[in-house]
Amino acid sequence: MSLSPTILLTIALAPLIGALIAGLLRNQIGRLGASSAAIAGVALSCALSFQVLYQLVWGGAETFNQNIYTWFQVGDFSTHIGFLIDRLTALMMAVVTFVSLMVHIYTLGYMADDEGFSRFFSYIALFTFSMLMLVMANNFLQLFIGWELVGLVSYLLIGFWFKKPSAIFANLKAFMVNRVGDFGFILGIAGVLFFFHTLDYASVFAHTDALSGKTLELFSGHAWSAATVICLCLFVGAMGKSAQVPLHVWLPDSMEGPTPISALIHAATMVTAGIFMVARMSPLFELSETALSTVLVIGATTAFFTGLIGIVQNDIKRVVAYSTLSQLGYMTVALGVSAYSVGIFHLMTHAFFKALLFLGAGSVIMAMHHEQDMRYMGGLRRYMPITYFTMWAGTLALVGMPGFAGFFSKDAIIEAVHESSRWGSGYAYACVLLGVFVTALYSFRLLYLTFHGKERFVVEHGAHGHGDHGHHPEPGHLAHPPQESPWVVTVPLILLAIPSVLIGWYTVGPLLHGDFFGAAIRVAAGGHEAAQEFTGALAMVVEGFAAPPFWFAFAGFAVATYVYLFNPALADRAKQALHPVWNLLDHKYWVDELYQLVFMRGGVALGRGLWKGGDVGVIDNILIDGTSAGVGRIAATVRWVQTGYLYTYAFAMILGLVALLGGLWWVVRT
Amino acid sequence: MQSWPILSLVIWLPILGGALVSLVGTGRANVARWLALAVAILVFAVSIPLFTGYDAASGTMQFIENHVWIGAIHANYYLGADGISIALILLTTFVTILVVLGAWDSVKDKVNQYMASILILEGVMIGVFAAMDALLFYVFFEAMLIPMFVIIGIWGGPRRVYATLKFFLYTFFGSIFMLIALIYLYLQTHSWELSQFAALPLSATAQAWIFFAFLAGFAIKVPMWPVHTWLPDAHVEAPTGGSVILAAIMLKIGGYGFIRFSLPIVPDASQQFAWLIIAMSLIAIIYIGYVALVQLDMKKLIAYSSVAHMGFVTLGVFISLALVRVAGDKNAAYLGVSGAMVQMISHGFISGAMFSCVGVLYDRVHSRLIKDYGGVINTMPWFAAFWVLFSMANCGLPGTSGFVGEFMVILASFAMNPWVAAGAAFTLIIGAAYTLWLVKRVIFGAVTNDHVAKLKDINPREALMLAGFAAGVLVLGIWPEPLTHLMDASVRLLVDHLLVAKI
Repeated sequence: MSLSPTILLTIALAPLIGALIAGLLRNQIGRLGASSAAIAGVALSCALSFQVLYQLVWGGAETFNQNIYTWFQVGDFSTHIGFLIDRLTALMMAVVTFVSLMVHIYTLGYMADDEGFSRFFSYIALFTFSMLMLVMANNFLQLFIGWELVGLVSYLLIGFWFKKPSAIFANLKAFMVNRVGDFGFILGIAGVLFFFHTLDYASVFAHTDALSGKTLELFSGHAWSAATVICLCLFVGAMGKSAQVPLHVWLPDSMEGPTPISALIHAATMVTAGIFMVARMSPLFELSETALSTVLVIGATTAFFTGLIGIVQNDIKRVVAYSTLSQLGYMTVALGVSAYSVGIFHLMTHAFFKALLFLGAGSVIMAMHHEQDMRYMGGLRRYMPITYFTMWAGTLALVGMPGFAGFFSKDAIIEAVHESSRWGSGYAYACVLLGVFVTALYSFRLLYLTFHGKERFVVEHGAHGHGDHGHHPEPGHLAHPPQESPWVVTVPLILLAIPSVLIGWYTVGPLLHGDFFGAAIRVAAGGHEAAQEFTGALAMVVEGFAAPPFWFAFAGFAVATYVYLFNPALADRAKQALHPVWNLLDHKYWVDELYQLVFMRGGVALGRGLWKGGDVGVIDNILIDGTSAGVGRIAATVRWVQTGYLYTYAFAMILGLVALLGGLWWVVRT
Repeated sequence: MQSWPILSLVIWLPILGGALVSLVGTGRANVARWLALAVAILVFAVSIPLFTGYDAASGTMQFIENHVWIGAIHANYYLGADGISIALILLTTFVTILVVLGAWDSVKDKVNQYMASILILEGVMIGVFAAMDALLFYVFFEAMLIPMFVIIGIWGGPRRVYATLKFFLYTFFGSIFMLIALIYLYLQTHSWELSQFAALPLSATAQAWIFFAFLAGFAIKVPMWPVHTWLPDAHVEAPTGGSVILAAIMLKIGGYGFIRFSLPIVPDASQQFAWLIIAMSLIAIIYIGYVALVQLDMKKLIAYSSVAHMGFVTLGVFISLALVRVAGDKNAAYLGVSGAMVQMISHGFISGAMFSCVGVLYDRVHSRLIKDYGGVINTMPWFAAFWVLFSMANCGLPGTSGFVGEFMVILASFAMNPWVAAGAAFTLIIGAAYTLWLVKRVIFGAVTNDHVAKLKDINPREALMLAGFAAGVLVLGIWPEPLTHLMDASVRLLVDHLLVAKI
């Protein structure tokens, strides 16, 4: 049995059609029409994606690899739009469309009072289409197209509230940092074309030996392994999209966008595209130890050091954002030790529990009338029990409580790093293990500051009008008591909480220890191999309680509980005592300031120098001084002689004719 | 179809139509507008058989018309078009319709003469793309200056005299050298036929002289760094329609000249000096990108952006020599030249669209300065949607035409040298920086002043014009195959010819 191209096309195009209807006809069909169109498109896509996954996993369907149309053909080189649907793709499609559908429904509640309601639906449906194009691609070109299109939608959505200066700063920043990544990515693709003469995945991966022994002499006398150069270039792309250090700076700022897209794009799906890409390219990355070690070290650095920043954040969304950075680092670490399937596994579990945490944070923000500062929250568990319990579920999954989804995937990553002997794995092991402590610390801090302890907000009845979002003369003053969010918000929370708790039990066996991905992921001999002693999920959970990660997490939990629940004053004292460290973290290691100075101010200064110095100074004033002075003189003369404008016409005609006749005369004479 | 002289029709219909429009008189502006629109649409319709009737598999010159013109000096009225020419001719006929639409209300003075100039310019530019006789080419090449000179000189801004003279002297200066080279070639072959020039054996010295003579003519037209400084001035002073034609079509004549003259006639010198052109192209992409970043005037910014984007055209053309002759990678060479051509067509749509957008704002606020805007999206949401689309195309977003040509050229140049590819790929960063910073300052944000607060969104005519550009940008971005197929065999013939040394 094989998959039907019609169904695959429907999966990709249904969200696009929904987006076009919602975007272009929004004035005609109204809010209900626009949201229905987008939701219908994504729901159809989601249902069919699960059907495709079912067919591939249980229905015995073969991997689908077929071109849809020729994008261009030049000489012997042709590019196509086409689909490669194997289990890796199908898993991604299911995750993307499911989380997207949840977010669509959630948006009905979250954006209910926003004047850009229909536009928002158009964008998120367009995002779903772009993301599907990315994961369904069967070649590097289409991968890049989808890659940049999700970047476009991310740009549009971060800047969704385009009147906010911080939003339109953040979306430009996000686009620019991603473009730095794409700069590397496109060179990697160019390298692939140069060595393989095709951009088709199947042809490239079938002939990876074409790279063996090939070198590129980038600096004279220094031959670099072609595989290393190509993989590093491709990985720069992944660093941009998946926000790895030092290209991580855009992701925290992307929180300026509405919360639903923080969940969908900047946590669950788009930012994991880099992870997916490297897993997809595993046949290439396996050729270069150097590239994999780089991946490992960068991932480990991201996992630990961005997590630390999360501890000092007060904005609830920013805590979750730094947590996302840190978790992306974990996934990258998995890739770096050739445990691609583990990376994808963590990508999947993370998609559920991180979308849940973001949507939960959004629910809190709604209840707090768009206040995001946790210092003005506290005690919310009494007001919003569903949000409270689902957030707990998500947190336990995130910190790796044995039995919860995140436990299975994170433990597998730590285990894989522990067993790896690749250069950098010692450093990485320390980072990921300490990272577990950090994760637990910021996660429980968030829960306690938000839901537990004393209420740090004041309810002032009648102080503000209805729908008065985001305009608080005094922070922490609410017009109404907080209340639980409507069902369109809580139902997605519950639906995401279920896989956050349970999915690990059912998937850990086949994904990590079966041959689920088959030929989609290739690991060189001697690379990562799953632990031999796997005896079922239950045994793993039982062992999990005795393993180091659990105790690191427990330590984080204990510290957070003591400091934020029982002895709140201690947090301030610690802040005083460790002020230099706190300051360093609060300023995010001053990376933003450094980039702004060097790249933004530096770029503008360089541009001004080249313009005033080069174009105006050297070229206009010196090189063609005679000409431009001549122009000035002629212009002055003509202006003096003429008062009208027809002189220009005549002048041009005459000069042209003189030149032509002069030339002809010279020709005839000789 | 072959029995109709289609190329003559698309050259002379707009010229005669333009003459007719000018006879309408200044008093009847509406008659002039509708008549000009009718002529422009008719010419576009007549040009379509060039696309449908062209045998793209062979890639040869077709739709040939050859008549004696000036017998004494063997000059012929010799027209023909291959895939490369046809792509540019169709761009010209399509964009002209949009220019006429764009000028509808924004030109108030002597509408008939303005429309006439546009139409005459259209015919002359098509003549440049269709001429297979060098003298005929030269006549069209020079004649093109006259209507453009008039458009800027009469309907231009306050410093139009300075700008027109700078524009004229620059381009005229360059073309003199080209003329001398053409005359030299005529004396060697006793023919003006380009195919004869291409077949003529030439010494290395002669080729070098001719190469630089052509370079003078075409580099100024493109314009390449460092002879680009006339362009920002010309754009700033030109009326919207003039800017659109200048950016969308006239600059392409420089790129076309390199492809049609430099490569086939002096391939050895082109190879010898390719490093120079490649260096100038990379400087255009990077240096000019930085200059664009700090412009205060929207039109200047877009003009500099044009220079940077045209850098991809010259880069794509001249890497082909190194690829085909040194690396022996014909397919990469095809990719480079095709990428250059796709970039030209794409830039036609994108730059035309960007200048039209500035025109829409200028008509309302009468300022081109970035600081006079901010938050336009609040009062002109549909306009903002178009602007963002064209801006994304300008920074080469996949799915728009701007991506296709740049992608092809970057991929091809990697085969020559990864560092060249890296220099070209830098456009991903700097192009996005200057374009999206402009978007941020003009379109996004809260309303900054009363002028912006009083803005009215685009009317149906403006929407139609921008939708025309958007259609070009999107169709070419989503499915470039029809365009690359049209040109593919012609590009192969051209590149394969480069393998033959002429010394």
